[in-house]
Amino acid sequence: MTEQEQRNLDPAQVETDVRIGVGAPAAESHDVKQNSLWSDAWGQLKRNPLFWIGSFLGVFFIVMAIVPQLFARGADPRSCSLSNSAQAPSGEHWMGFDQQGCDYLANVVYGARNSLAIGLFSVIGVLVIGILIGAVAGYYGGAMDSLLARITDIFFAIPLILGAIILLKVGPSTGLPILSDRGVGAVAIALALFGWMTAMRLVRSQVIAVKSQDYVAAARAMGASNLRILTRHILPNAVAPVLVYSTITVGVLIAAEATLTYLGVGLQRPAISWGLQISTGQSLLRTAPHLVLFPSIILSLTVMAFIMMGDALRDALDPRQRS
Amino acid sequence: MGRFVIRRLLLTIPVLLGASFLIFAMVYALPGDPIRALAGDRPLSPAVAAQLRADYNLGDPLVVQYGKYLAGLAQGDFGSDFHGRPVLETVSQRLPVTAKLTLVAVLFETIIGLAAGLLAGIRRNGYFDNLVLVSTTIIISIPILVLGFFAQFIFGLKLGWFPIAGINQGWYSYLLPGLVLASASLAYVARLTRTSVAENMNADYVRTARAKGLPNRTVIVRHTLRNSLIPVITFIGADIGALLGGAIVTEAVFNIPGIGRAVFEAVKGQEGAVVVGIVTLMVFFFVFFNLIVDVLYAVLDPRIRYD
Amino acid sequence: MSTSSGSISSSPAPAAFERGSGPVLEVDDLHVEFRTRSAVVNAVNGISYSVDQGETLAILGESGSGKSVSAQAIMGILDSPPAVITGGGIHFQGRDMLTMNAEDQRQIRGPGIAMIFQDALSALNPVYSVGFQIGEMFRAHRGTSKKEAKQHAVELMDRVRIPAAARRVNDYPHQFSGGMRQRVMIAMALALDPRILIADEPTTALDVTVQAQVMDLLKDLQRDTGMGLILITHDLGVVNEVADRVAVMYAGKIVETGTVDDVFTKPSHPYTLGLMNSIPQVEAKGGRLNPIVGQPPNLAAIPSGCPFHPRCPRRRTGAEALPGRDCVADKPPLRLVVPGREAACHYSEEVLGV
Repeated sequence: MTEQEQRNLDPAQVETDVRIGVGAPAAESHDVKQNSLWSDAWGQLKRNPLFWIGSFLGVFFIVMAIVPQLFARGADPRSCSLSNSAQAPSGEHWMGFDQQGCDYLANVVYGARNSLAIGLFSVIGVLVIGILIGAVAGYYGGAMDSLLARITDIFFAIPLILGAIILLKVGPSTGLPILSDRGVGAVAIALALFGWMTAMRLVRSQVIAVKSQDYVAAARAMGASNLRILTRHILPNAVAPVLVYSTITVGVLIAAEATLTYLGVGLQRPAISWGLQISTGQSLLRTAPHLVLFPSIILSLTVMAFIMMGDALRDALDPRQRS
Repeated sequence: MGRFVIRRLLLTIPVLLGASFLIFAMVYALPGDPIRALAGDRPLSPAVAAQLRADYNLGDPLVVQYGKYLAGLAQGDFGSDFHGRPVLETVSQRLPVTAKLTLVAVLFETIIGLAAGLLAGIRRNGYFDNLVLVSTTIIISIPILVLGFFAQFIFGLKLGWFPIAGINQGWYSYLLPGLVLASASLAYVARLTRTSVAENMNADYVRTARAKGLPNRTVIVRHTLRNSLIPVITFIGADIGALLGGAIVTEAVFNIPGIGRAVFEAVKGQEGAVVVGIVTLMVFFFVFFNLIVDVLYAVLDPRIRYD
Repeated sequence: MSTSSGSISSSPAPAAFERGSGPVLEVDDLHVEFRTRSAVVNAVNGISYSVDQGETLAILGESGSGKSVSAQAIMGILDSPPAVITGGGIHFQGRDMLTMNAEDQRQIRGPGIAMIFQDALSALNPVYSVGFQIGEMFRAHRGTSKKEAKQHAVELMDRVRIPAAARRVNDYPHQFSGGMRQRVMIAMALALDPRILIADEPTTALDVTVQAQVMDLLKDLQRDTGMGLILITHDLGVVNEVADRVAVMYAGKIVETGTVDDVFTKPSHPYTLGLMNSIPQVEAKGGRLNPIVGQPPNLAAIPSGCPFHPRCPRRRTGAEALPGRDCVADKPPLRLVVPGREAACHYSEEVLGV
């Protein structure tokens, strides 16, 4: 069905054609209710079960990251006794023990903090870099845009994991703050540095679309400075797709951190991280599968939470899917 | 078309230069000792360190270093490990394995992904469509790292259907790791195809094709399929990068002796030069594949050729 | 011109659809509903019209009057669901298309009845050359070889006055201007010498000068081939230039029919009268415009009785109305007012002034 017929279908909005002769302007006009993008989106979000599942899981894990004590059933992840080494789950200890004899439930729960922190900081980094470069490229256009587009292409040529591996491998010896600490900050920097490009493209195309709108021309005619136009008029309207993207990206980057840690370039012992737990548990996969199983499941659920929320957000904000 | 290919080729050169410079800069231009960076925690005697410093031209100004680095790359010198074995040699030995793994993964991704997406897209909002939507969300959410272990545990250890590790059973050993590697990409391809097909089925030119009295099969195959494939092809090209990163993890989990596992072992073994060398090579592969995909895209969509 | 049509007919296939006598296309009491989640939209509520060969019928109406939907129903390209044809018949050369099986219907589309659309850029497939898309008609319906089909495509492009046809046959739709693209669509529609051409707002998206050229072309082609032309539009000027007869649609019904001259100079339905009065007159410069008050009806909630009654200055209800002719309560049927003129109004004679 074309746009034309779609409009014909909508009972409240049969359009009056104002061509000469037919449907000339009417004397009284009805007030068609204008829903804003966000209230429309919320209406659709409410109806999407994936949104609720994702949000529930997301909130669950965020709380787990902030106050792990609530979930660890009183156990201390670092109080270990070798006599419990690799014991299977039981009624007392729901996830058993790891090789060092530490309560595994506590370790898995405390692992949420690092993962979510990295997810948060790396996405903030992606957004900062992406919005900055994308907005400048889209707004100023011309040579600036070409230059920034080339730079983006160059970064695109280096896949996320590969670039992060190199940066994290050489990081410790550089002596740079944060980057050489092999901690949450280093991983977040590495992920942001090689993951900003898609956000940049999203912002850029939105800025290009928005900057030719009438209200921008009006602002310029009133003498507003470029910076003011960008921040007050363009960015707020250009930001919706990149917000959706960033929700999904939190999930993707949490998974990436686990992968990098597993490969040995991410967080290091004695940090508590799901990636480390999976890596250490690998050798005991046959005899003590719970060591790999539990952090894997929790990691997947966390990633799933953000991807579901992001998906639901995207469907709700997609103009073509509005009923 | 020819002009497009040439223009695209010319664009590739600055990207290759830029990417190699970025990698070079990370290793040699950041503060700190590049030798220490490459050696990690490995202890080095002063004599060895001095030798390495000379080998890597660390005495030269940065620009000259980069020049010699580039010259080395052009001649196939991607560095060597601390036993003196050139990276290129390691790679050429192990590349066929990774190539097979990636090929299996791409085949899975394309065939299953396209088929699922097509069926879901043609019958939008049907039962199959919702099934595809939910299952792809779940698959995308499970990192390849985790999926690898799950697959290994369930299908290898418990059910015994596939080998747990290694490549001792010929092509059969590549099936499970290949599927694991392809999993997230497969899900994305299915979704993208589904959306693309569903949109194209409503396109005005499909309506025109029906108005022309063309048989239904022609309408779907000729007028919907090709148009729907265009965004999917672009995605598959860009996704090869993710496959390369995923290959490292998959080969690590399944103990497959490809270049991915070589990176994994090099990280563990503090062989920084090997890590950098193989990653650089992977980046070059990626850029090259993207070029091919872009040309394919132009073949499919004539509007691109005349930009 | 006759030599070009000669070369088309010489392609090795029987002319599937003879030029007979009597109306080529008859639409009979057609009803189409759109069943959406929130409402049932009555897009077409019992319309009947016929087209003879060589005749141009204009279907005039606003957006939402149901004019495009009825055409799409004829071509069998309605989206069903949500569209459902709930009644009536569509007779092409005497055979009811709605009772035929899908395959027989398909064989009429293209060779028998063809259609061109408003936006040629989106109506043509962007990834195939125009020669390929025109040639498709021959390859699909007549089994012509690729080479011959391309030849026919060049001839057709010549015929619709596209310059340098032989060179441009391999070009893609986006490489043509709007007017040229529309000609490509016309060439494609005319390929198999159809008996009826339905043109759905063919010039709405074009500049005024280009409009005139395209309409002239259509008129000439019609004269050469003797096909019937159904012109769907909301542009009174185009109707005036090109059409023989006009059917005015409102709220999914035909409310007036007649020759263009008669209907435009002496309307017999208040809606048509309102349209004519609303055209700005040069002489009345400085005065007020005379629009039709109110809004077109919501097709999911069509007013009772005469659907135009909420906006009609001549409506009569209650005590003023004649028995059985209450504008609010009784639906006016489409009836003969004077020979050659039909109208769906209880008081058409008064409107006409007879």
